[in-house]
Amino acid sequence: MAKTKSQWGTVKKLLRYIRKYTALILASLVFAAVSAVLTLYVPILTGRAIDFIVGKGQVDFSGVFNVIKTILIVVLVTAAAQWLMNVCNNRITYQIVRDMRRDAFAKIEILPLKYLDGRSYGELVSRVIADADQVAEGLLMGFTQFFTGIITIFGTLCFMLNIQYKIALVVICITPLSLFVASFIAKRTYVMFKRQSETRGEQTALIEEMIANQKVVQAFGQEEKVLGRFDEINERLRKYSLEATFFSSMTNPSTRFVNSLVYTGVGIFGAVAAVMGQISVGQLASFLSYANQYTKPFNEISGVVTELQNAIACAGRILELIEEEPQPKDDDAKSLTDVKGNVALSHVDFSYTKGQNLIVDFNLDVHPGQRVAIVGPTGCGKTTLINLLMRFYDVDGGAIKVEGEDIRDITRKSLRSSYGMVLQETWLREGTILDNIRMGKDASREDVIQAAKASHAHSFIKRLPQGYDTWITEDGGGLSQGQKQLLCIARVMLALPSMLILDEATSSIDTRTEIKIQKAFAKMMEGRTSFIVAHRLSTIKEADVILVMKDGHILEQGNHEKLLAENGFYATLYNSQFVAAKEAE
Amino acid sequence: MCCNENPLVAAFLSTIAWEQEDIVKNLLIYLKDYKKECVLAPLFKMLEAIFELFVPLVMASVIDVGIAEGDTSYIIKMCLILILLGIVGLISAVTAQYFSAKAAAGFGTAVRHGLFAHIQRLSFTNQDKLGDATLITRMTSDVNQAQSGVNMVLRLFLRSPFIVFGAMVMAFTIDVTAALTFVVIIPLLSLVVFGVMAVSIPLYKKVQGKLDSVTQSARENLTGVRVIRAFHLEQQELEAFGEKNQELTRMQMFVGKISGLLNPVTYVMINAATAYLIYQGALRVDSGILTQGEVVALVNYMGQILVELIKLANLIVTVTKAIACGNRIQTIFEVPEGEQGKLQRREEENGEEGMVVFSHVGLTYQDASEESLTDISFCARRGETIGVIGGTGSGKTSLVHLIPGFYPYTKGSIRIAGKELSSYEPGELRKKVGIVMQKAVLFKGTIRENLSWGRENATDQEMREALETAQALEIVEKKEGLDTVVSQGGKNFSGGQRQRLTIARALVRKPEILILDDSASALDYATDAALRKAIAGLQEKPTVFIVSQRASSIQYADKILVLEDGELAGAGTHSELLDTCQVYQEIYYSQFPENQQKGGKDNG
Repeated sequence: MAKTKSQWGTVKKLLRYIRKYTALILASLVFAAVSAVLTLYVPILTGRAIDFIVGKGQVDFSGVFNVIKTILIVVLVTAAAQWLMNVCNNRITYQIVRDMRRDAFAKIEILPLKYLDGRSYGELVSRVIADADQVAEGLLMGFTQFFTGIITIFGTLCFMLNIQYKIALVVICITPLSLFVASFIAKRTYVMFKRQSETRGEQTALIEEMIANQKVVQAFGQEEKVLGRFDEINERLRKYSLEATFFSSMTNPSTRFVNSLVYTGVGIFGAVAAVMGQISVGQLASFLSYANQYTKPFNEISGVVTELQNAIACAGRILELIEEEPQPKDDDAKSLTDVKGNVALSHVDFSYTKGQNLIVDFNLDVHPGQRVAIVGPTGCGKTTLINLLMRFYDVDGGAIKVEGEDIRDITRKSLRSSYGMVLQETWLREGTILDNIRMGKDASREDVIQAAKASHAHSFIKRLPQGYDTWITEDGGGLSQGQKQLLCIARVMLALPSMLILDEATSSIDTRTEIKIQKAFAKMMEGRTSFIVAHRLSTIKEADVILVMKDGHILEQGNHEKLLAENGFYATLYNSQFVAAKEAE
Repeated sequence: MCCNENPLVAAFLSTIAWEQEDIVKNLLIYLKDYKKECVLAPLFKMLEAIFELFVPLVMASVIDVGIAEGDTSYIIKMCLILILLGIVGLISAVTAQYFSAKAAAGFGTAVRHGLFAHIQRLSFTNQDKLGDATLITRMTSDVNQAQSGVNMVLRLFLRSPFIVFGAMVMAFTIDVTAALTFVVIIPLLSLVVFGVMAVSIPLYKKVQGKLDSVTQSARENLTGVRVIRAFHLEQQELEAFGEKNQELTRMQMFVGKISGLLNPVTYVMINAATAYLIYQGALRVDSGILTQGEVVALVNYMGQILVELIKLANLIVTVTKAIACGNRIQTIFEVPEGEQGKLQRREEENGEEGMVVFSHVGLTYQDASEESLTDISFCARRGETIGVIGGTGSGKTSLVHLIPGFYPYTKGSIRIAGKELSSYEPGELRKKVGIVMQKAVLFKGTIRENLSWGRENATDQEMREALETAQALEIVEKKEGLDTVVSQGGKNFSGGQRQRLTIARALVRKPEILILDDSASALDYATDAALRKAIAGLQEKPTVFIVSQRASSIQYADKILVLEDGELAGAGTHSELLDTCQVYQEIYYSQFPENQQKGGKDNG
């Protein structure tokens, strides 16, 4: 009940997308009607021609020629109508899907990060791509076959009733049998298909787990055991797959059999009627060809219904994304100008999930040029602070102020462009090195090279095959992690705003590059307010404020001496490293 | 299976599958247990087709004999024959479907088993080359496609051509001149059907390419959402996406126009042929060569051809896809299994010269142009701890992966417990070595199941000890002990917890050689230190290799190997290296700058 209701909701929303193409749809319907009716008219014409051919010396040639001429004209018109209908349907569906995709993508750009972080990217991408494709497929089939099918059914009925109602009744009575058989088989096989796809899912999960970690499997010599588990599922899959394939494949022969019953019925009644002179042989031939085709639209329509239901479910998923609440607009917010680097957090409360408070009543005052180091074990939630400063997430309570302005009162654009951000996960887009450093900024080539030099990226870029014009892919292609990071630093260096957010990642970078990155960082930080996710003791010790985090909470706050004196978590962290170093002296 | 094929179909198929056809044949051996089914399925399908072909003939005699002579009982007799034909047709069809479903399901199962077993035996080198994503797709969707390809082929490949040619043959039995229309129209229709396909299939591939670029754009925007927003590029990205999206739509509509030609054109052709048949029929009936009923039969046969040709076209699309999938599967089968196959003559373990001894070892990965490890020599004695340090790409992981024989070394010699490494059976060697890899992987199941990978028959007590050494006992005890459920990928544990649990898994094995490949990176310094201490106190006194980026993790090692660009830049204890090895100094002081002054070294 609730399901059908939500389906209707989806259909209504889908109609909004369809409405734009009303003219095309009307055209498509007209072409469909023309082609369906004319297609049905051809057997009648053929029958009429046959009636002119009775026997030896009993052929009405002028009659035959006239009918043949008509047939040829009708056929040409039908074919043209079919093709035009097809073109219209293609236009309608692909443009609707294009519109939906565009809207979905546009929504992704303005959705709050809270929404995006909470979902797997793969799932979102599949909504924009695969689900949209399904919608296109379903709509296309729907438009092409549904309407034509219905016209064909009613047209056939009319034509048959028109020729001879008794024989028409035979067709009308036996045909539902074929639908009944088809739906009977479909219902029976549904369970088998479900079992097959469940088992398949189980097997895929095992395959993914084991293949992705094949090296561990081999290192521990578990191949035989894993293969045993695999085979057990595989054997079940064989059984279910045999069942599902076999029983579902009964549909065609069975309906074909019912069809042959219809054909035979028409044959008996038609022939007897012909003997009694109620119909002509030509009309019997028309009937026989209707009897042959009559079940086809029924089968098609039932296929379309499944496909349409699937399409509606997919449309529902995209529409859900499109209708998701976007981040609040900031059109009438102030623009932040003349940023010196004053940042104040007062009484900030924050949590990702309600009830699990991470940051409670947090206060911090940062003056221009100060350095704030964020320290703590990996996974302690250091990015939370970055999320709040950049306003990727909004605080639950309290306020963050830049130059005395609550950041919720200023435009995101002006806030974010006041920060230069270098994250640990480097992100490159497909394009040239130049594009990647510019990142949409209107900078001259010279400026870009200047920035690359300042961030020590110039020397490696120079050595690339096409220098600054080298094309790189999303994953950075042949660039090492460190080089990618240098590129990201060059980006920030080009804009060089008055506040910085840096993630001092070291784990996968070789020593030489690391020294370069450190130098680049140091140069950027001169005179700028900086928030640094710190890993190096030197950075930490030089910081004006150290924030010590663990499990998402800010545990301690203060400078190095103060925190050491407090002898808390920071002291433990520090000693485990520092003391170790001292013992070795 | 090839005798009745339309020559055009065969030609078309061979253009798609040229050069690859041999490859697919190799996969067909997985049908060997289903030979009977593979013959019977098409045979019964053919039977069904034959019965279907008789129908218009029966109807013709109904018209010519029954109606013409007003013989009602003849009409009924003939119609009973029609029903009989229908029933026999149904039975043969169902039989055929059963055999083909059985063969296809069996084929899929056998291929999956064979492929999975093969993948499990692939060497590390080849696994790296192929990549997980590829292997998973081959195992799942490709095998499924191939399976349904087998099913379709068994069901339709004989039936459709048979009906098409059967209709023609039947036409010949009625009237040779009229049948010539069939002889002309069948090749013409085939030409159109396969011509449209030949044009549109490559276009569909282009559509796929455009779709990929739209997908790429969507993914890029999600993975880079923070950067895009930080640089407020939303509008620009939207425009770029809009362009790609429009391009895709344009292409889709273009292909639609072309493939949409298929139905109208064939429709015109078949009806033109029918009209010509009627014209011919009129002439020949007038001169008494044909009867009215026979003309009706001829028209009916013409109608059957079109339906089957369209089916055949669809079948070919399916088969083309299945062949492509089959080829992809086969390429995996052709990747040779493990490469340390060439066992050297067996040696006995001798003497205590050292547990792991490298002398002038070099490693060149397959297809690589340069050596990844060059001239590495060192000796690790029983119970010693060896630290391995160096930058990214310096060869640390490559070095330790040589020890369990994951990759074959290409120069020099490695002796494990006094015996040349290449003379070990892989299984024998891996029993001696416990390795913890960089990526901490746990498997779905329970903690106990995961730990038993280390050793099949380990007792609970032994597992607890291993957990304790790995500093992981508290994690497990906080939950439901050894029976704690591990979800897929170990997602219900944090990165640091996973690392400790994987260390425990290696320890359960009580290995003679323990390798920790950067496996404490997510641990805080205190836990890291406790872990090292516990491992040092192990009774079994394994030889331990610790790979790390952190100087603090390895500085107490009995020996530290410093790698740079695949070469040994230094080897010795912490204090030795601090005096002599510049690379080590750089690493150490970049992490402990405050010791630099005390050490009095200045490397600016």
